[in-house]
Amino acid sequence: MSTTTEHGAAIPEAAAHASAVRCRGIEKSFGDGSARLRVLRGADFDAAAGEMTFLVGPSGCGKTTLISVIGGILSCEAGEVRVLGTELRALSNRALADFRLAHLGFVFQQFHLLPALSALENAAVPLVARGLGHRRAEERAAALLERLGLADEMRKFPTQLSGGQQQRVAIARALVHEPSLLICDEPTASLDARSGHTVMELLREVAVAPARAVIVVTHDSRIFELADRIAHMSDGVIAREERRAARSATHQHSLPSTT
Amino acid sequence: MIRVGLRMLLGDRTKLFGLIFGVAFSTLLICQQTSIFFGLLARASSVVNDVREASVWVMDPSVQTIEVPYPLRDTELGRVRGIEGVQWAVPFFKAQVIVRTRAGRLENGVLLGIDDASLVGVPDEFLQGSIEDLSRPDAIAMNPAGFRLLFPGEQPVLGREIEINDRRARIAAIVDASAAFTSNLTIYTRYSLATQYTNNGRNELSFVLARPAPGLEPERIAQRIAARTGLKAVTTEEFRLESILYILKTTGIPVSFGTVVLLGAIIGVAIVGLTFHQFVSDNLKQYAALKAIGIRNGRLLGMTLAQAAFVGAIGYGFGLAAAAAFFHFTAPVDALRGFHLYPEVAVAVAGAAALIVLASTVLSLKRVLVVDPATVFRG
Repeated sequence: MSTTTEHGAAIPEAAAHASAVRCRGIEKSFGDGSARLRVLRGADFDAAAGEMTFLVGPSGCGKTTLISVIGGILSCEAGEVRVLGTELRALSNRALADFRLAHLGFVFQQFHLLPALSALENAAVPLVARGLGHRRAEERAAALLERLGLADEMRKFPTQLSGGQQQRVAIARALVHEPSLLICDEPTASLDARSGHTVMELLREVAVAPARAVIVVTHDSRIFELADRIAHMSDGVIAREERRAARSATHQHSLPSTT
Repeated sequence: MIRVGLRMLLGDRTKLFGLIFGVAFSTLLICQQTSIFFGLLARASSVVNDVREASVWVMDPSVQTIEVPYPLRDTELGRVRGIEGVQWAVPFFKAQVIVRTRAGRLENGVLLGIDDASLVGVPDEFLQGSIEDLSRPDAIAMNPAGFRLLFPGEQPVLGREIEINDRRARIAAIVDASAAFTSNLTIYTRYSLATQYTNNGRNELSFVLARPAPGLEPERIAQRIAARTGLKAVTTEEFRLESILYILKTTGIPVSFGTVVLLGAIIGVAIVGLTFHQFVSDNLKQYAALKAIGIRNGRLLGMTLAQAAFVGAIGYGFGLAAAAAFFHFTAPVDALRGFHLYPEVAVAVAGAAALIVLASTVLSLKRVLVVDPATVFRG
């Protein structure tokens, strides 16, 4: 059973329900023998649709590895990784790529925009990759860029934009195909405090929706106030979680039990 | 996504120009050198090609090429004429001669002696004078390039006198002979006169030219002549190929041209390979980001191949245009007469350019395909 977005993209039924992401007992190591490093040590993690969940913790605690596993980019050695109702470990690499393109959006610390493409073209890439015509893809991207305050910057190239503007283009690229799960890796790390806060407020305003879960990895405690829930990670596990005051009118679900 | 790939390429002008230059350079070098090589091979058989009336060549059994004839006794001509199925047979003489002008200019030339009675063996197209003019005393016909070689700065005119091995000769006609392999100066005269110019009148044939009676195959008549006379007899086409093969086997020309062509290809691969490698390196994070978004390797492969095809097509176009321009602008140069861009070479070089681009992109392609999308999360 599945539901659809306003543009008709099918999403797994579970996406519209509480636990968009459910990870249990995730184990992940790098290296072999004596050089083997256990990064995730049975991590449990949940993220609910309609919520913005922050994943925080010191450097090297496994945050990036965990979101890579949740994003279907890294495979884990043990545990359950259920995203939008789909067990990712059961998918082939091709199926994982298709799953990411259809249901996931990513915002990276370093933006990773294509320098030869304008802001508009960059934002339209996921739709083009899904086979939508360039014209229609750019129409939809333009609407999103306008919401993000880049109406006058659409034809500019990344090098002509400030860091904050580039990150807003990256957010547009991550959301243009209306993913059910948005994963943001340190979205403010390359920005100054003011730009970072602005970007995060915009992200919250544009990204949080009833059928979408948002996971943000961050070190930046100044933006913690924007979270619905914060998962604190330490030594490869989620050490504790805290529920923030409800920020979103779209928040309809109670938190699942966590470790 | 192909459009995205092309935009990525077009957005990096410096590397785009580098890539196009690499392909264009290789295309130009390979096209130009290969065409000149084939032009030289054509020159190796140009004298044979210019004899249009005969279809069988008879010669000493040791002869392997038109360039190195061995004298036959003049009685051989009569023997060939007496063979059943031979419609006619005429003598043909070829020798290298030293030519001197009144002004003292000295040049090496090819002297061709044709049958006094029939004048068979001279090219069809007379630019000045006529074939009958060769019947006059001391008359010779000369190619325009040869005239300009002997009389620099002058346009070909009739009536000028030269010395061939210290004997007087008068230019009675200008004939459009193909460029020869060993000299740009080609002289036609009557057989009787040619033997006087070279060996004091002794009747020493270089070749006997023959034509089979109507309805008979040249190959069959050639076999019959060889069987009856003990001489070597081949068709025009066979002798043309033998002359070309002789050059290929006995000179360093194929190795020399082959080396230049190979270097052109290697330099092209090096330029295109390194530039493309740098292009991919600069965009590796972006490729990783595209993978993370969910774009499969197959589509990235398509993007990369489209970039390669674009560079290959544009570079090939520029290279081919440059090669065509080279042959166009050097066409009036006598030393390069007969050299032109062969369509077959252009087609073959298109394949070579595709291979160069493909070989250059393979290593870079591998980097695109194996890049770990997780790298985009590592700052």
